[in-house]
Amino acid sequence: MSEAAALGSTAPQATAEPPLLEVNNIEVVYNDVILVLRGLSLAVPKGRIVALLGANGAGKSTTLKAISGLLKSEEGEVTRGDIRFAGERLNGIEAHRIVRKGIFQVMEGRRIVADMTCLENLRLGAFTRNDSGVKSDIEMVYSYFPRLKERTGLAGYLSGGEQQMLAIGRALMARPKLILMDEPSMGLSPLLVKEVFGIIRRLNEELGITILLVEQNARMALSVASFGYVMEQGKVVLDGTAEALANNEDVKEFYLGGHGADRKSFRNLKSYKRRKRWL
Amino acid sequence: MDLTLLFQLTLNGLIVGALYGVVAMSFVLIYKASQVVNFAQGEFLLVGAWVCWWFLTEWQLPFWMGFLFTLAFMTVFGLVLQVVVLRPLIGEPVISVIMATIGLGIFFQALMKWIFGVFAKPFPPIFATERVQVLGLDVQTVYLASLAISLLIMLGFAWFFTSSKHGLAMRATAFDQQVAQSLGVSVPKVFAMSWAISAVVSSVAGVVVGVVNGVSSALSFYGIKVFPAVILGGLDSILGAVLGGVIIGLLENWAHYLDSQWLNWGNMFQIAPFYALVLILLIKPYGLFGTRNIERV
Repeated sequence: MSEAAALGSTAPQATAEPPLLEVNNIEVVYNDVILVLRGLSLAVPKGRIVALLGANGAGKSTTLKAISGLLKSEEGEVTRGDIRFAGERLNGIEAHRIVRKGIFQVMEGRRIVADMTCLENLRLGAFTRNDSGVKSDIEMVYSYFPRLKERTGLAGYLSGGEQQMLAIGRALMARPKLILMDEPSMGLSPLLVKEVFGIIRRLNEELGITILLVEQNARMALSVASFGYVMEQGKVVLDGTAEALANNEDVKEFYLGGHGADRKSFRNLKSYKRRKRWL
Repeated sequence: MDLTLLFQLTLNGLIVGALYGVVAMSFVLIYKASQVVNFAQGEFLLVGAWVCWWFLTEWQLPFWMGFLFTLAFMTVFGLVLQVVVLRPLIGEPVISVIMATIGLGIFFQALMKWIFGVFAKPFPPIFATERVQVLGLDVQTVYLASLAISLLIMLGFAWFFTSSKHGLAMRATAFDQQVAQSLGVSVPKVFAMSWAISAVVSSVAGVVVGVVNGVSSALSFYGIKVFPAVILGGLDSILGAVLGGVIIGLLENWAHYLDSQWLNWGNMFQIAPFYALVLILLIKPYGLFGTRNIERV
């Protein structure tokens, strides 16, 4: 964390209890040559929502896939550093075993099984479970997403918002301790984005699920998160409480957009960005 | 026109078609789950039938016991085949995998000839009454039993893929392997399971045909007959495979009827399904039920 500027006083590292998820100085290489993450560190304390922000190609999705183990199916590999979940080292563990440890990734673009029904998708979410609570959990998911109950056709025909809800509902079916959420707002109307984020906040408050949230929509992400990290070129360049980040001038400039009379033209913004880098 | 013969052949067609359907289903199962075109499917029937024959004649086991042992053997056979031969080929070009399955087919064909000889050998009689009358038609009891077994297997498949979590996991794997992994499904396990199920189901068909016609290397011809069935149905549709099988069975027997009544060309009817295959590929290249991707606009 040495290069990263810490904002705000309550950094999660400072709390007494060790964080639920700890990523220490990891390096990720694709196809043995392409270095994507260059010493990334972050921590997600239990019961919190932590946002991971950054521009396209900063390595946010790669970070999530490194944690969930899905990197391997894309020829990626964690070559340095370690990832710990509840004290246990996750490096090298296969993706399907990591799910059983309580980490569930809601992948970018929903990725629901299009040729199955809604209900089948939900039941699939409970694949790792053997207990008898699956039925009541389906009802629990319906209580968060009532409109899924009415959809009996193939999931591929659902609207984008409904698919996102189904993807989150499917994750709930696994009863995870930690959900890694990759761009839940992608392709949704502003109203739906609000709805989805409202539900994300409720899942955190009511079910106590810890969430690591990757988002392009920084304003939304910071409104539900308690802590945030900003990534650039495979590293964390800035972290702090959500409030501190939302008020940080650079974050405002790069991710929240300038407002009011001093709004710069896009061309100015770009050159400004080129002049002023964090690294 | 000989109507009794027509009915008889239609019934035969349905029964044989159901068997084709079962074999086609097990072929589609492997293709769907692991994207492998298994050219050794017919040899699964062959191996299953010979193993069952061996249990019944050499060990003198009662039929049900020999049959259960055969199923157990085929489970292990399918698993070992996947793990030893196909698993190392994951990610290799399609053509390599196809060559490997063709090789497997030739290997088991030869192995069976080496162990059991080249001549057809009959199963010991299984049913007390060999033939029964159904609606005035003369039917072998084995055929009726085979129809019942085929239907049972199809119902079993339907239940497996819609209600059991392993069936759902298999469908998810067929849809997108990364998604399946993200849900906690072990993809290599699904591959192995699909081969085991496929081998078991094919061997059931093999035993049934063996009981009717005797066991010989001609059994593996079923593996070839399956191609028109699956292509008619659409390579990746289980329902299509069943319907394709039944249609091919009927076509074959109707062609037989046509031939015996008017044409008298000899056994040209044997390849009637392949004419159908060519026609289907001209008109519906993806088959009747082949995948159409759901795309949201």
